[in-house]
Amino acid sequence: MSEPPGAAVPLASAPPAEEPPGPSSPPRTARPAEAERPGDGTAPRPPAAQRVLPLHRPGRWIATAIVLVLVAQIAHGLVTNPFYQWDRFRYWFLRPAILDGLLITLKVTAYSAVLGLFGGILVALGRLSRSPVLRAVAWTYTWLFRSVPLIVVLLFLYNFSALYKTLSLGVPFGPAFLTFDESRLATDIVVAVVGLTLNEAAYASEVVRSGILAVDHGQHEAALALGLPKSYQFTKIVFPQALRSITPNYVNLLINLIKSTSLVFYVSLLDLFGSAQSMGSTYPGDIVPLLLVATVWYLILTSAVSVVQFYVERYFARGATRTLPPTPLQKVRAGLRDLRARARREAAI
Amino acid sequence: MTTETTETGTTEIRPAAVQVHDVHKWYGAHQVLDGVELTVWPGEVTVILGPSGSGKSTLLRVINHLEKPEVGYVSVNGEPIGVRRHGERLKELSERVILGQRSRIGFVFQNFNLFPHLTALDNVAAAPVATGKLAKPKAQELARELLGRVGLADKVGAYPRQLSGGQQQRVAIARALALRPGVILFDEPTSALDPELVGDVLAVIKDLATSGTTLIIVTHEIGFAREVADRIVFIDGGRIVEQGPPTELLDHPKHERTRDFLSKVL
Ligand SMILES: Nc1ncnc2c1ncn2[C@@H]1O[C@H](COP(=O)(O)OP(=O)(O)OP(=O)(O)O)[C@@H](O)[C@H]1O
Ligand SMILES: [Mg+2]
Repeated sequence: MSEPPGAAVPLASAPPAEEPPGPSSPPRTARPAEAERPGDGTAPRPPAAQRVLPLHRPGRWIATAIVLVLVAQIAHGLVTNPFYQWDRFRYWFLRPAILDGLLITLKVTAYSAVLGLFGGILVALGRLSRSPVLRAVAWTYTWLFRSVPLIVVLLFLYNFSALYKTLSLGVPFGPAFLTFDESRLATDIVVAVVGLTLNEAAYASEVVRSGILAVDHGQHEAALALGLPKSYQFTKIVFPQALRSITPNYVNLLINLIKSTSLVFYVSLLDLFGSAQSMGSTYPGDIVPLLLVATVWYLILTSAVSVVQFYVERYFARGATRTLPPTPLQKVRAGLRDLRARARREAAI
Repeated sequence: MTTETTETGTTEIRPAAVQVHDVHKWYGAHQVLDGVELTVWPGEVTVILGPSGSGKSTLLRVINHLEKPEVGYVSVNGEPIGVRRHGERLKELSERVILGQRSRIGFVFQNFNLFPHLTALDNVAAAPVATGKLAKPKAQELARELLGRVGLADKVGAYPRQLSGGQQQRVAIARALALRPGVILFDEPTSALDPELVGDVLAVIKDLATSGTTLIIVTHEIGFAREVADRIVFIDGGRIVEQGPPTELLDHPKHERTRDFLSKVL
């Protein structure tokens, strides 16, 4: 026989993984020609003779054991090491001071994320526009705000009222249409949101632009050929498809943004980190548990974002893949089904 | 209006469905269309043949103004597309007006270009709704009817990636039909398909041809061309070399280049 020994055997007799035979239906029996293959006929029953024994991987077991020991050690250290002062952690975790800070973090993040995304879409459209002026302005904006560190932008804005007494919108050197008093407007939270938004929009514009460019050119052509109005082309055809690649990249930005909000501490806004920090200077003995409190809250926030990301991506995957990726619950169910099927198969052989 | 009809003084003056007026098109220094003149009458089925790179796709794309010709223009049902006459000259129209004109010209792409995030039904219903021609329920009713007509009544809720190539192309044809266009342009509608899927798509196009829709089809399926075409146009090097009824052009080509081409593809 020309085929390598053993290659044909598993193909002929291994039951397909998705459709395990029930107890009533034994696995397909091998064709006689193959059952008589020399060296395979030693097992008592013909079906078992064809059974594929999984390869033993001792290395994998050893690696697993080592990792488990290490993880246990770290967990043990986290729990028992007095350095972490878990009782103080429990004391601080839900303190109003901390929760107020958390609220500020959430507020600043939410505003900047939404405004930053819209700003990013506008800047991206500017970059992709046919007008050279718009393209240049959008490019310069992105260049500027990606170059200047966020903390510098924030401190700039914080000192803005010293630079310009009033902020006005209108023709340069001409009449102003809209004038507002900087010092009244610039409450700290506005400074923080404006600063983060300016920064976020610069990065978001690149994410949005790459998402739009990733949409197949044929889609633009089909929309043009059907004579779909321009706004419809963007909002209903191109952008929904772009969102598929925008989402994971934007979530990355969002997670970064959550952590960047800790910088607003420097414009005297007490966010989550700021509150932990200021409590820490009042209670120097509790600095470590306070940092842990902040850490755990940041972990919770990013985890929540990741969960939302999964479902948002799943939503935008409609039509892009033949079947949607399973939700975690569906995965667990499928896993259990596999286990049961395997047990039944073992019993059957 | 066509000069032909007015000159002969027929009682019924009907405009040509598509008239290409001395179109020249360059890509950079490369001339792709070189003085193309073509008249297609309502209800006529015209097949365009020609070697690769001869400008067939470009001609179709000029007809629905996806490409702007540098010289000349195209009129559909007597209406110049993408331009208006301004005394002796032609002036470009605004993009909004051109979009409106395009919605009266169907276009079926080689790669279908269905919208992957919309179901078959929504792909077909989108354009009538977006262009304000029909309200959503009416558009969906029409979409169901058209999908039934191309043999896909049971695939209404499927997304394009869940369909075979032939099914996708039939959805694309239904999508083009949804705007009730005066003329439908096909650019090699079957060349991206597996051979066994070609038949279904050709059957749908043949059905359209016999129902009196004006069609301009670029294809390499000579047998199909012979069957459905009222006229075959042979194009080479951006010029129309010759045109005529299928029996005449395919069996007794007058020009050396046509004979040459046919001997290669037949
Ligand atoms: N966007 C473009 N820029 C530059 N040259 C182009 C462009 N599109 C087409 N061409 C050139 O124009 C010529 C005609 O192209 P066209 O696509 O119309 O050919 P075709 O007859 O449809 O060929 P095929 O049968 O291979 O589809 C070709 O030489 C091609 O290289
Ligand atoms: Mg072509």
